[in-house]
Amino acid sequence: MLRAEHLTKRFGSVTALADVSFDLRAGEIHALCGENGAGKSTLIKLLSGVHPHGSYQGRFELDGREANFASIRDAQAAGIAVIYQELSCIDEMSVAENLFLGRPTTRYGVFIDRGAAERRAAAALARFGVSLDPAAPMRSLGIGQKQLVEIIKALLRESRILILDEPTAALAEHEVEVLLAILRDLRASGIGLIYISHRLEELAKIADRVTVLRDGATVASMPIAAADPATLVRHMVGRDVAELYPTRTARRGPPLLQVRDLSVAAAGSGIRIEGVSFDLHAGEVLGIGGLMGAGRTELLSHLYGAWGRRSAGRVTLDGHRLDAGGPDSSLRAGLALVTEDRRRYGLCIEQSIGFNLSLSSLAQVSRCGVVSRRSEALRNDEWFSKLGVHATGLDAVVGRLSGGNQQKVVLGKALMTAPKVVMLDEPTRGIDVGAKMEIYALINTLTESGCAVLLVSSELPELIGVSDRILMLHDGRVTGTFSREQATPEVLMKAALGTAVVHTDAA
Amino acid sequence: MFGLKRGSAADLLVLLAVWAGLLLLFGQLSAGFLSPATLGSVANRIPALLLVATGMTLLMVTGGIDLSVGSLVGFCGTVVGVVMVDWGWTLPAAVACSIAVGLLLGSVSGLVSVKLRLPSFIVTLGMLEVARGLAFLAAHSRTKYIGDTIESLGTPIAGLVVSPAFLCALLAVALGQALLSYTVLGRQLVAVGANIEAARISGIAVDRPRIAAHALLGALTGVAAVFNCSRLGSADPNAGVGFELSVIAAVVVGGTSLLGGRGSVAKSFLGVLIVATLEAGLVQAGASEPLKRVVTGVVIVVAVLADTWRRRD
Repeated sequence: MLRAEHLTKRFGSVTALADVSFDLRAGEIHALCGENGAGKSTLIKLLSGVHPHGSYQGRFELDGREANFASIRDAQAAGIAVIYQELSCIDEMSVAENLFLGRPTTRYGVFIDRGAAERRAAAALARFGVSLDPAAPMRSLGIGQKQLVEIIKALLRESRILILDEPTAALAEHEVEVLLAILRDLRASGIGLIYISHRLEELAKIADRVTVLRDGATVASMPIAAADPATLVRHMVGRDVAELYPTRTARRGPPLLQVRDLSVAAAGSGIRIEGVSFDLHAGEVLGIGGLMGAGRTELLSHLYGAWGRRSAGRVTLDGHRLDAGGPDSSLRAGLALVTEDRRRYGLCIEQSIGFNLSLSSLAQVSRCGVVSRRSEALRNDEWFSKLGVHATGLDAVVGRLSGGNQQKVVLGKALMTAPKVVMLDEPTRGIDVGAKMEIYALINTLTESGCAVLLVSSELPELIGVSDRILMLHDGRVTGTFSREQATPEVLMKAALGTAVVHTDAA
Repeated sequence: MFGLKRGSAADLLVLLAVWAGLLLLFGQLSAGFLSPATLGSVANRIPALLLVATGMTLLMVTGGIDLSVGSLVGFCGTVVGVVMVDWGWTLPAAVACSIAVGLLLGSVSGLVSVKLRLPSFIVTLGMLEVARGLAFLAAHSRTKYIGDTIESLGTPIAGLVVSPAFLCALLAVALGQALLSYTVLGRQLVAVGANIEAARISGIAVDRPRIAAHALLGALTGVAAVFNCSRLGSADPNAGVGFELSVIAAVVVGGTSLLGGRGSVAKSFLGVLIVATLEAGLVQAGASEPLKRVVTGVVIVVAVLADTWRRRD
């Protein structure tokens, strides 16, 4: 029903899409994969009219007729709806109000008819087999339920093509099943779905066909039966995965960071981290794994002094007590943190690379409160080239860089403080493979120079590929410690789910 | 100039061009406008505006704002009047008192807003009322005539065209820009305004620069109050009504963002020149007070609009 031919889209000198063709049949789920920056989101923005017709080359055909969208509204009118990862529902309103957002049920065209809206909403929810109270405030819903409301909202607008951008990224296991069941129903009713996901095992359950994009071009398109995960990864990455992770060469030294029986409570709620102990040695990468909500980010934030109240436990860094006094005292003690959400916690996005790089080291590049331009430039230049940031220069605005280069700037800012222990929270999230490999190489260099690295990652292959040892958390407790040799995805997953508490000799 | 980057230099040139354009325009409209007398009167009008605009820029860079500066000019001026007229103290002592009172009230606004996590807009709206009330209480609602001692600050120095007040204001602008461009505190102000969470994680104690900006603005307002008295030769508890709007207008015309993270004292200086020239020029050209306000209002919105458009890619 939908056919896209020879799409090419350029942003300045960057080609985001190069001659991509794509088609979708009615009653089909067509999966789209590729690394971040491969062109998936650009393709979707073309499809949904975010980038209007004329700003790109190529053409669209809908039901055999040429269809080019000048605006988002155009695409919606043609029956194309996108469910983005970041949901656009309004928390302050009820489920019914959200369902009919922008098209309220009115009496005499003026007064909102709440009762009628709720009756219609109830009917719609029932039709899709979703048991939700239409009068319930959106705020009270879980992410999975909100997503369902978004999908139903799109369907109520007579959408025939539904594009889902990583719909399961934030969902719990049982919510995923509910969602997939609904998507299958939709497929049976003749709706075409484009499904974007990084979870390859999920694709096998739901998709009919898979198209892989890399560097803005289609590298493969095949029926799902032919697409086993290894093949997909090879297409996505363009090389075998084994080469992704560099050989670790650093020697393990004495313990640098020692955590004993650490329990931390969140402000206002209960204990979030309980009885966590570990040693982190110089020259070592200790991976921390676990599911969302296991307390990984909380652990790092607390050690850094940016989160939670310590109820028990002792932390020492290089023999000195570390009391989570705050980011400034942690940095002075030699502990640096690279946060998971770099736009929110990492960068001043409208400022220059240089401004961001030196932000944590202002005391080192100044005298009597006056910044020495020379010593600042010297240090900035050093890290700019060490990290291989691709930009016109230190004056370039950080917000205009790619995710990978932004991440390098955040890393540079942390490393410029010459830390003894570096904590990395999802350091490769949302960046392309090339930049990932550079960051892995950087981790190697760091440990060779005697630094210790604490690495949180949700990607098991990365955790296994980069860490010397892996600590698994479940519900704020340690459920296992594994050496690199012992760590297989299966074993780690078991520990992540908290089904078995494993203590090996790796500690 | 002042270590600004290339893009900033272009902004300065645009503002300078606008100012020059205004001078030429009003020169055409009224014959006597480009005379030393009128320009001198503009120069005389602006020291208070310049001082407060400098402090306001530093505060707005952090994402804060202070609506109480007009009332503070009134209250600090009253303090000057009481100290000099009722107590018979010298001018330097009065200046010190005015600065101290400004610093104190500015710090109070800063502390309340930062430590109790209230928007500075609300806190200083409260301070606007408090300071005005204090002004009337201190002055018993009467204007105090001070006389020549204080007027001398605003009269041109023999041999120079400009007054001590004007020179002092220029110095404040230069120091303010240097603070923003060259010091650790300046960096912290920008970082806090650009992304306070990132600044915190980067190891900056984020409360300090924010309170410091409020306190500094208060102190500068104390100085401005003295210059305002010197223009009138007296201390009027009604002085400075609506002054905060002129200040914010000048700062915004200079391209400082209301959302924080972006600002320049040098550009606010040009913003002050533009706003002051516009007002003086309109008066000279025979515009009535109401018409003057209408035109000024429109110009402010257009200036910000132009700035936004230029930034868009």
